[in-house]
Amino acid sequence: MTLASVLTTNLAILVLAGFIGFVVISKVPNTLHTPLMSGTNAIHGIVLLGGLLLIGLSGNDTFDKVILVIAITFGTINIVGGFLVTDRMLEMFKSKPKPKPDEGEDGHGPGSGKS
Amino acid sequence: MTVPLATSFLQHESFIYVLYIVAFSLFIQGLRGLAGPTTAVRGNRIAAVGMAIAVIATLLKPDEGNWGLIALGVALGAAVGVPAARQVRMTAMPQMVALFNGVGGGAVFLISWAEFRRTGGFSGIATYITVFSLFAAIVGSISFWGSNIAFGKLQEIIPGRPITLGAGQQVVNLLLLVLALAGAIDIAAGDHSEGVFIGVLVCAALLGNAVVLPIGGADMPVVISMLNAFTGLSAAATGIALNNPAMIVAGMIVGASGSILTNLMAVAMNRSIPAIVAGGFGGGGAVEGASGAGEHAGTVRSTTAADAAIQLAYANRVVVVPGYGMAVAQAQHAVRELTKELEERGVEVSYAIHPVAGRMPGHMNVLLAEADVPYDQLKEMDDANPEFQRTDVSLVIGANDVTNPAAKNTPSSPIYGMPILEVSDSRSVIVIKRSMNPGFAGIENELYFDPKTTMLFGDAKSAVSEIAAELAQI
Repeated sequence: MTLASVLTTNLAILVLAGFIGFVVISKVPNTLHTPLMSGTNAIHGIVLLGGLLLIGLSGNDTFDKVILVIAITFGTINIVGGFLVTDRMLEMFKSKPKPKPDEGEDGHGPGSGKS
Repeated sequence: MTVPLATSFLQHESFIYVLYIVAFSLFIQGLRGLAGPTTAVRGNRIAAVGMAIAVIATLLKPDEGNWGLIALGVALGAAVGVPAARQVRMTAMPQMVALFNGVGGGAVFLISWAEFRRTGGFSGIATYITVFSLFAAIVGSISFWGSNIAFGKLQEIIPGRPITLGAGQQVVNLLLLVLALAGAIDIAAGDHSEGVFIGVLVCAALLGNAVVLPIGGADMPVVISMLNAFTGLSAAATGIALNNPAMIVAGMIVGASGSILTNLMAVAMNRSIPAIVAGGFGGGGAVEGASGAGEHAGTVRSTTAADAAIQLAYANRVVVVPGYGMAVAQAQHAVRELTKELEERGVEVSYAIHPVAGRMPGHMNVLLAEADVPYDQLKEMDDANPEFQRTDVSLVIGANDVTNPAAKNTPSSPIYGMPILEVSDSRSVIVIKRSMNPGFAGIENELYFDPKTTMLFGDAKSAVSEIAAELAQI
């Protein structure tokens, strides 16, 4: 592929991903704002790949390697911490021994039939 | 003999690309899950699997190397990230997210810097790669420093109150932005000096500090969400610079969804994003109540039907407090449908009837009986009041004065001494009301300014029906 078509292909991916991001989060209950923020936060830990890609290439001097190791450390913290913390937060929503799924009604008097 | 064959297949460019496609599909699927209360846990795990696949795909690349350094970085990151995430208290969650967001931004600008040095100052590469790398460097640096300040404020290392330079603040911010952009344009135009690049990073860093320092503590969650979107965008830019589809998609969906989320959060707090970024408001937005609400400077929090539905669905015990608003809107049948739905989910529901609720004694009992509400669920005031303390959610539907704590607490109030339903004893309160207008007695209800209370504005019947519809989807 030519450089120009690499760019245009990537721009197309970028724009489509943007629309997906908009559509997926059109309606979120307030209760989930913090976990959702935390979850998307973990996803941008993808920057770790950048560190992994560059550190494998030749032409890095010692200082570059130091920067990249820090970048990889940061990226790993972002990913591991982000997903774990989101998981913990979301477990709180599950923890209630609630949903008695159906038919659990008894003795609440008349009118329990649904039309 | 088969080993080299298999290896070469795994390391084939197309195979790695396919793995990236799988990874970003999982990110999208996971994000969809995160947007709903029942699917969120799974959604988060699906996204985590996607991340693992993306990392493995990258490590499969034939030109990957320096394994010792990679292992060192990952081990350090895990050693910091895992215990931090495991041990943080739930109340400290926002600053933890800020910190994780900050390191993401930090990684972005460091990667951009390393790329600058490796290519001898972006020489011999396409201009668009230079431009996207510079964008990533600036936005990543802003996000890193801004997030660290946000963390410091929430952790109370830095005072939570706004710290500003006064009137000059906006000028300084603008100046820093212009300097960073000027440096970036200089580099894009062919200057290979590392000094200029570092200057750009420093200006962006100062800008990140200058933007977040003046913002008050109450607005911090919105700011963190905004910086989260920034880091996403900078990750996408890095993805374009490095021609990596997984980074482009993951970064961009975070950038886009983060922007929406930021807006949703601001709306839920009754604040506008420009007002938040302009800063200077210490305790967050104080919404004026009805005109002449002299003594109440508190905040009214509004909610949505979807939120109310979740709150109710996860409660153990719900008390409905009906009032005149329910009668006017003829909402009793909708209320009955809602409570039936809740009972089917195992929520214990009862109704607390104030003697003067509505416009005539027994008004509520009549209406509710009409809607087939079982008689034993209707509690008179004296029976209902001791029960509020073990109630998770009080759902106040069009009742006002009969819930006003001023009757108990404020001797100067015209309704002082009137017996009330003590809904403010329950763990949370949802008030369905048409507007902030005061009730029959024409006085403010301090219940609405209680931090436990959320307001769902609207006609009682349609609001209750909306909640029921949302509940059916949970």
